[in-house]
Order: sequence, then structure tokens, then C-alpha cells
Amino acid sequence: MLRYIARRLLDLLPVLLGISLLVFLFLQLIPGNPAVVLLGPRATPDQIAALQEQLGLNRPLPLQYLSFLGKLIRFDLGRSIISGIPITQELATRWPATFELSVAAMLFALILGVPAGILAAVKKNGWIDNLAMSSSLLGVSMPVYWLGLLLVYLFAVHLRWLPPSGRLGVGVSLQPITGFYILDSLLQLNFPAFLDVIAHLLLPAITVGTIPLAIIARITRSAMLEVLSQDYIRTARAKGLLERWVISKHALKNALLPVVTIIGLQFGTLLGGAILTETIFSWPGIGAWIYEGILARDYPVVQGGVVFVAIVFVLINLLVDVSYAFLDPRIQYK
Amino acid sequence: MESLEPVAPFSVARESSFKKLQKQFLRSISARIGLILTVVIVLLAILAPILRPFDPATARDFAARLSPPSWEHWLGTDGLGRDMLSLVWYGIRISLLISLVSVGLGLIIGTLLGLVAGYFRGWWETVISWLTDILLAFPSILLAIAVATVMGAGLRSVMLAVGVVQIPIFIRLTRSMVLSLREQGFIQTVRAFGAKPGRIIFLHILPASLAPLVVQATLSIGTATLEAAGLGFLGLGAKPPTPELGTMLSDAFTNGYALSAPWTILMPGLMITLIVLAFNLLGDGLRDSLDPRANR
Repeated sequence: MLRYIARRLLDLLPVLLGISLLVFLFLQLIPGNPAVVLLGPRATPDQIAALQEQLGLNRPLPLQYLSFLGKLIRFDLGRSIISGIPITQELATRWPATFELSVAAMLFALILGVPAGILAAVKKNGWIDNLAMSSSLLGVSMPVYWLGLLLVYLFAVHLRWLPPSGRLGVGVSLQPITGFYILDSLLQLNFPAFLDVIAHLLLPAITVGTIPLAIIARITRSAMLEVLSQDYIRTARAKGLLERWVISKHALKNALLPVVTIIGLQFGTLLGGAILTETIFSWPGIGAWIYEGILARDYPVVQGGVVFVAIVFVLINLLVDVSYAFLDPRIQYK
Repeated sequence: MESLEPVAPFSVARESSFKKLQKQFLRSISARIGLILTVVIVLLAILAPILRPFDPATARDFAARLSPPSWEHWLGTDGLGRDMLSLVWYGIRISLLISLVSVGLGLIIGTLLGLVAGYFRGWWETVISWLTDILLAFPSILLAIAVATVMGAGLRSVMLAVGVVQIPIFIRLTRSMVLSLREQGFIQTVRAFGAKPGRIIFLHILPASLAPLVVQATLSIGTATLEAAGLGFLGLGAKPPTPELGTMLSDAFTNGYALSAPWTILMPGLMITLIVLAFNLLGDGLRDSLDPRANR
């Protein structure tokens, strides 16, 4: 098992190198001098010359790439043009917000998606199946940020049930410890803050979780249908087992493997969705930060955000691959 | 006359298999809905310059800014006093154009690279697969954002950005098909007769791979529409006054009237959803009728 993880990590190296190369080229390909790009349009010629010297922009490209790679390994991604704050510092402060939102969205998608998929498979071609599959098709066809705007309009502006934006209401105090507000409020036994955090999390989580929910429901349905048609299920039924027992004890475990794959792959969708959704909800995560970076032409911010999300995405997929061994003992790693 | 004789049974066979396919496709209600929706959307896109009530680029009524739906403006007006119906109608045309061009780009480049990787294998395959893995390592919207940021906002930049996202999907699909086809008897026979690689690839392997590519291209139009609209929403889409559906949502959101004048976001979003839904249903229908397992 350890050897398998080590080999998969080694397999990742070329991909990680490729990501770093692509992200390095990102700044080089933007039209104009990278020093001007980094310093912004108001830079003086002296500042430009100094930065060129400092960053080694006069050196050949391969050497510049090696230096970029060295900095990347040391988690040095430069500084924001606008705020001057180091990119890694911003990432560290903003990551908990995005991660909390992604986990909440995935929980929403799993809690609704898996039962919906099971029900659709068990009641195949019935109205529940048709409703679940039509809704899931609609879910994958909708732009998430549009759904977010509609939810805000309905639940925050029109009905006033939930707050429209932010992570915490005005007047609610919470001392950040981990940066994960749910966890922080629980650690401090601050229940008013806990309820406020949940209220703020609901709409963004539903928005980001809609596409994964739709896909998880579809995958669970097809995996369940595949398993339910197998001989051992027929045997279980022939033994006279209750249908509920057959589904929960015999079919579900085997049907969940493709769902785990999808959870991993959907984290990419979640992170992508977060970029578009955080903006609408003024959610102080990496997505909103990248958006601000795009608007302000703060290229190091966009570059840092892109490389960070890509690396997290690759590592989550590795985690999914490794988790197979625990879920399915039939899989042998050689 | 003599030369026609051997052709006749062949064309009859082709016709009957096409009819079978058509029958299979039309049997599914969702495929039929997808087809009708697609035809309507394409017709709306084609007819936009002829039938739209106002010119979305020039016709502005500042006095009627942000007015709700009325007899004069069926879908209301936006923050610049432009008629929403004309904007959305034109937006369908622009969004569809972006999706078609970018999927075309991804299809051509991805298929060519996939054919080369699958047929020649060796270094070609190693390098192309590495490239594919890297491109797939980015969540698609993130990759599109990176490309569009480098290129700057604009229609061409969006097409290229969304096209780049499609490339690895077509490389993977084509490569996997070539790998299985190249070992099959008919390809080995052609190779034994001394046919050159170019001829084998384009006259024998490519036609045999067309069905899954058509299905994927149809489904990709849906995802491309979503990605292009996403870029538009982030301010990386078409430049004003070009009416693009995602840019319309972005305008309403960034100028702060999305929630006070909800008609400015309702129809653009709904149209994006309908375009994606139409191509998803059409693609699903095509896959079900072209997939031999579904015919059993």
C-alpha cells in the first residue's frame, strides 16, 4: 500500500512539473514586459529596471523557469501588485473559507444525491426516477452563479430568510482560531455564532453543490442499476431477504465505488464553482480573490490562485485513488 | 447500368441502418425534446439580425433605463436602456457562435493529436498524454480563466480559452478509440497491403471513430456554453456592446441592479440553461442510439 502511494506520488511529478511550466508561461505570455505586468501601469522606468534585475528577467527563459520552480517549492509565489501582501499569506488566510464552503457543498450534494440516486434506481422508470433524472439534468445545465443570484433574490431579498452575503453577520463576534468558522464557533461553544455561520453558509453551499448533486445522483443511479442486475443480488432476493436489506447491505456498498471517484472529480467542479459563486456571496475565499485579481489585472494573484487550486485538485484525486484500497479489498496494488 | 448494380444493395443497407438509427433516436422522448429545442435555438440564432425588435448595439432609451417588462419592451430594459429581448436574442447567437467555434477548435486539434498519439505511440504518445494530463489537472473554468487572462477580454479570446479546455477531452477519446481500432483485422489488412499511415488514419480509423466524436462534440457544446458564459460573468468575455449572455449577467451584477431589476438576469440565465439543456439532451439521445449496447 505504501509502495503504491509512493509510486502514485512519483507519477504525479511530471504533471506537477507541467502545471508549474504552464503557470510560469502564464506571466510570460501576457503581452508586454513581465516587470511592467507585475508592477502595474504606474511603474517608473527605474522601478521596472530594478525589478527586472531582482527577478532575473534578463536571464534566459529556462534559467528563469528553474528559479521560478525553486521559489514554488519554497511556497514563494510573489506578492500581490495591489496589496503588496505575499500570495502564500493570502492563500493561507483565504483557503479555510473556500474549503469550508466546498465541504459544505459536497455534504449537501451527498446527503441529497446518494438517496435520490438509490431511489431512482429502485423505482426505475417510475415518477421518482423521472423527477430525479430531469432535475439532475436541469442541475448540470444551469450556470451556478445564475442559480446563486436567483437564490439570493428569493431567500435573502424577497423572503428575507437568509443573509445575502458574507461569512458572519454584523454584530456577531467570533475569534478566528482555525479559520474554519463552524469549527471555531464550536470550539468556543459560541452557539449564536454557530447558527449565524450556518445561515451564511446555506445559500452558497446549495449553489456550489447543485452540479455535484446532479452528477452524484446520476452516477449513484447507474451504479445501483448495474449492481442490482447482478446474480448475487438475485440470490439474496431468492433467499427471501427483505428488499430494504438487499439494497442497504448488499447493493449499496458495491455501488458506492464509482460515487467515490465522482466525489474526487467533483472537487474540481466545486473549486471551479467556488470561483464563480464566492463573488456573488462576497465569500472571502480563493474564488472571490481570483475574481478580484482578474478585475484589477493583479496577475500574481491570478497565477497564485490558479496554481494552488490545480495542485489541490491533483492531490484530491490522488487521495481518491488511494481510498479505493480501503473501500474495495478486491483491488490489488502492484 | 452494370456499374450501378453492386452499389444498390450497399446503399439500401446504409439507408436502412440510418432509418434504424433515426427510429432509435426518435423513440426517446428526451432526445426528441433535445432535437426540437436545438432546432429552435439554432433558428433563433440565425434569425436574430432579421427579426429582433431593436438593434442591441445602438438602440438605447436612457429615459427607460431598467424599466420592467412592458408592451414596448417585452422583457424590460437593462441599465443602459437597451431592450432585453433584443439583447437576449442576439446573445443566443453570440453564445452559440462561441460554443460552436471553440468546440470545433477542440475537436480538430484534439482529434488530430489523439490520432497521432494512438497510431504512432512511442514518444508521440508519451508527450501528448503528458500534455493531456496537465490540461486535465486544472478545473476547466480555471484553465479557461488562465488562457483568457493571458489573451485579454474579447470574443476571440473566449473562443480560444474554451477551445483549449475541450482539447484534452477529444485527445483522450480519440486516442482510446485508435488504440482499440489499430489492432482490429480490417486495419491490419489495410496495413498489410502497404497503405501509408496518413491514408490508414484518415480513410479508415477516423471514419470508424466518428460516432463517439459526434456525441462528445454535441455534449461539449453544452459545457462550452457554460464555460463561455462563466468567462463572460468574470469580465473575461465579449467586449461591450457585443451582447453575450454571461456578460449580461455580469453587467447586471457588477452594476448592482441584478437584484433590484431581476428581469435583467432572468432571461439571460434561462437562455444559457436552455442551450445547455438542449445540447445535453441531444447528445444523450445520440449516444443512446449510436451505442451498440443500447440497441440490444
